[in-house]
Amino acid sequence: MKKGHIIGLGIIAVAIVIIMTSIGDASSYESFSTALEMKKDGEDKPIHVVGQLKKDDAGEVVGLNVREDKVSFTFVLVDNEGTEQEVFYNEPVPADFTRSESVVVIGAYKNEDIFIAEKILMKCPSKYQETEVQAAGM
Amino acid sequence: MINTFVGNFGHLMAIVAFVSALVSAFAYYHYFKANELEKASWRRFSRISFAIHGISATLIAFSLFEIIYNHRFEYFYAYSHSSKALPVHYMISSFWEGQEGAFILWIFWNVVLGAVLIRVNKVWEAPVMIVFALVQAFLVSMILGVVIGDLKIGSSPFILLRDATQAPIFQMNPDFVPEDGTGLNPLLQNIWMVIHPPTLFLGYASTLVPFAFLMGGLVTKRYSEWIRPALPWAIFSAMILGMGIIMGAYWAYVTLNFGGYWNWDPVENAVYVPWLIMVAAIHTMITFKKSATALKTSIVLVILSFILVLYATFLVRSGVLGDASVHSFTDLGLSGQLLIYMLFFAVIAIFLSARAWKHIPTSEKEASVYSREFWIFIGATTLGLMAFQVILPTSIPVWNTLVESFGGISNMAPPADQIQFYTKFQLWFAVVLALLTAVGQFFWWQKIDAKALKDALITPYIISVLISALIIVLTKVYDWQYIIVVLAGTFTITANSVILSRLIKKSTFKLAGGSLAHIGLGMVLIGIMFSSGYSDVISINMSGLTYSNSWEDELNKEHVLLWINKPTQMKDYTVIYRGRQKKVVGIPEYVPAKILESTDQVNEAIALEDYKDHFKKGETVQLVLEENDYFNIEYYQNETLKFSLNPMSQFNEGMGGLISSPDSKIYLDEDLYTYVAAMNDHSDPDWKEDEMYEVAPGEQFHVADFVTYFDGAEVLKELDGYVLQEGDVAVKAKLRVLDYDVEKLLEPTFIIRNNQVGKIPVIDTELGLKISLENILPEDNKFVFKVNQYQKDYVVMKAIVKPYINVLWVGTIIMLIGFSVAIFRRFDEFKKMRDKGMEV
Repeated sequence: MKKGHIIGLGIIAVAIVIIMTSIGDASSYESFSTALEMKKDGEDKPIHVVGQLKKDDAGEVVGLNVREDKVSFTFVLVDNEGTEQEVFYNEPVPADFTRSESVVVIGAYKNEDIFIAEKILMKCPSKYQETEVQAAGM
Repeated sequence: MINTFVGNFGHLMAIVAFVSALVSAFAYYHYFKANELEKASWRRFSRISFAIHGISATLIAFSLFEIIYNHRFEYFYAYSHSSKALPVHYMISSFWEGQEGAFILWIFWNVVLGAVLIRVNKVWEAPVMIVFALVQAFLVSMILGVVIGDLKIGSSPFILLRDATQAPIFQMNPDFVPEDGTGLNPLLQNIWMVIHPPTLFLGYASTLVPFAFLMGGLVTKRYSEWIRPALPWAIFSAMILGMGIIMGAYWAYVTLNFGGYWNWDPVENAVYVPWLIMVAAIHTMITFKKSATALKTSIVLVILSFILVLYATFLVRSGVLGDASVHSFTDLGLSGQLLIYMLFFAVIAIFLSARAWKHIPTSEKEASVYSREFWIFIGATTLGLMAFQVILPTSIPVWNTLVESFGGISNMAPPADQIQFYTKFQLWFAVVLALLTAVGQFFWWQKIDAKALKDALITPYIISVLISALIIVLTKVYDWQYIIVVLAGTFTITANSVILSRLIKKSTFKLAGGSLAHIGLGMVLIGIMFSSGYSDVISINMSGLTYSNSWEDELNKEHVLLWINKPTQMKDYTVIYRGRQKKVVGIPEYVPAKILESTDQVNEAIALEDYKDHFKKGETVQLVLEENDYFNIEYYQNETLKFSLNPMSQFNEGMGGLISSPDSKIYLDEDLYTYVAAMNDHSDPDWKEDEMYEVAPGEQFHVADFVTYFDGAEVLKELDGYVLQEGDVAVKAKLRVLDYDVEKLLEPTFIIRNNQVGKIPVIDTELGLKISLENILPEDNKFVFKVNQYQKDYVVMKAIVKPYINVLWVGTIIMLIGFSVAIFRRFDEFKKMRDKGMEV
């Protein structure tokens, strides 16, 4: 076998390893119910859940519980299937948290009651909302 | 009054630039095809049309800046990216905060590069400028803002606010102009954001140059001659892109609060990947110049680097990343256009190279293991694999979109822990690269066999093992993975230093580019290993709180809560938060926020007290960005104040909340990096119920938790803000409130006029207290105070020690110097050949 072939095979082998790990390490978008099933099946891999903060009729966020030392908090997230779940986040409350339109939590269930987010991504309302232009005009 | 002229002018210039780009492409095509007789006139026509294009493109930029600079908030762009409070250098950042501005910047750089090429390279002008003009047509189309039927081409930065939004105010008053804009994202209010985007876009733009030379070479069947003029530009491109990346990383380090300089965010990856490919291309191009191998590889890599830049633009600006990126880029409806742009050049490049493929000279002989070609090839392959490993997972959202557009369902998400995921590959690839550069450089400068190689490498090897051992022992690197990184890093530094010293002794500094860049690589590797691998969060919360859940106790709380004035232990330091500060124009230090009262005017405040020699009570001072609060945090060791840090936070309603920038104490061997993660909002305090105290003068009592002395009262003759009339009685009580080592004088006032009682309470936001003098009981010699509590001021802070981060920064600078030396050398080579008339 020529040296070129060996190198070629080596490159292909590394490329395959890269593809396999990328697929293997890729996370997935789940709902709380499928995430809980995964937990029950013993899978601890962090997954993504997209949802909204729970709000009362007046549109106020409810269920936000900041710990006394202000360095962590829990909140209630409603996923796209409507499942409510208490989520713990080991960081201070991000300032625009309650204003976010949707929240992506990346993490896993700790036990059946609590979902622990390792990371939170927030989608905030566009800063150029029509109402704001109006407010600026008043 | 609405000024529509500038916008219309800018829009007109965009159309002119678009048309003239197409005309230039057409003209250069004819210049290229024309026979000798007609060549001169076509050339003149081509150059004139490109000049028109260049001028109109510059005028687009000028118009947009005029709109921002003169605060024309009737325009959507100025309204949404700027505000009156911005200093001029941040107005420049506003210019490219929006995507349209970024495209204009890109267009502008292409014009500059095109003009330089026309000047220095007459031989390749026609084919190269055809590619340039076509690229320009695509880029200008992004900001064209022309609607034909249902088809919208480009997003114009010159639209008026009333056309961009359907706000009801415009129905009542179409000429309404907002008072102020929504401002520039505070994260971009940083000097690095003034220079980072232009650098990065120059990098983006410059990848076009080697690509254009390649296309020219393929069309004119000069399959290998394109390398010489393209090479200095390829190195230039790699250097500028690299510089842009590093500036971005540095900006992230000093401005963002994710606690580092690199986050493997898709936006970062999208620039990193073309850079890797460009670096690989440089190496294969240099090999080709030396030994006529690797031409095909070079062609593939140059095409890839250009297409990957377009792919990066597509990823970042089409909105396809969606949830995957923390950087929010809205979809301006350009994704289709961007896709066509990318595919157009991809198809042309593939077509042209496929057509020429069998004519491209290759070297039949198998590269020997002891040849530089072999090692360079392995190095380029490693770079390619690194790029592949990053671009694959970054493209997961594209994959999802693709699957869904064919009706499938894909719920793949990027890896949850991106840093860990990418690092485990990139670190080892980088180690391989470091070793390759050490060995490769020896092959580079001399023909070598197994024996000679061993002789050449043995000294640097021994030296680097000794140095590594020293580093490992002194800095306590005991992790085997990191030990390997240190070994590889020092090996490449020593080996390349040996080469460097030989080169300088033998010939000139001109040849030193390669070894310098590689020394930089070694330092970058070691710097990254230390600053990231051994970064140490010292703000571990030791509040001793126990939680209701057992699992919560196991988690490390990586932030500390600092109450104002309260000493808190943090690893080797005792830290005390001392309150908020502002930056005042003309004063080098920060000024306590409590002695400034803001006025109705933007960035203006009235001094409530004298402050050193800088201003007197009652003076009006100008603030630098009034929204910015600098939190003064003092660091003590052994009860002596060592230093204080002032991390910044801005509560920005328009941008949605708190925005923080870190502050770091920079030592030679480490950085102490701190930022504010949460702060007290005392804008609308929720006062607790009244507490009443009856106290006699001279008495000591407790207000909330504070020891308070009532030092007595005095009758006032005059009172700020009140005109005392005949018969009025005004009494001021003097309360001294003790909070740790701080003593505060709070003086509530009580006025009697015609049997009416007026009370002026004092509010101390730092202590969270509102105290008013409610009543005076002369018969008991007692004063009645009413106290309401809110919450003491606090910050939640994170502090991280990053060892040897300076090695990383110095390494990047050395690497950039290496690139510069190489550019100089290669351009010199090209110029000599051109002036000899060898360039055909």
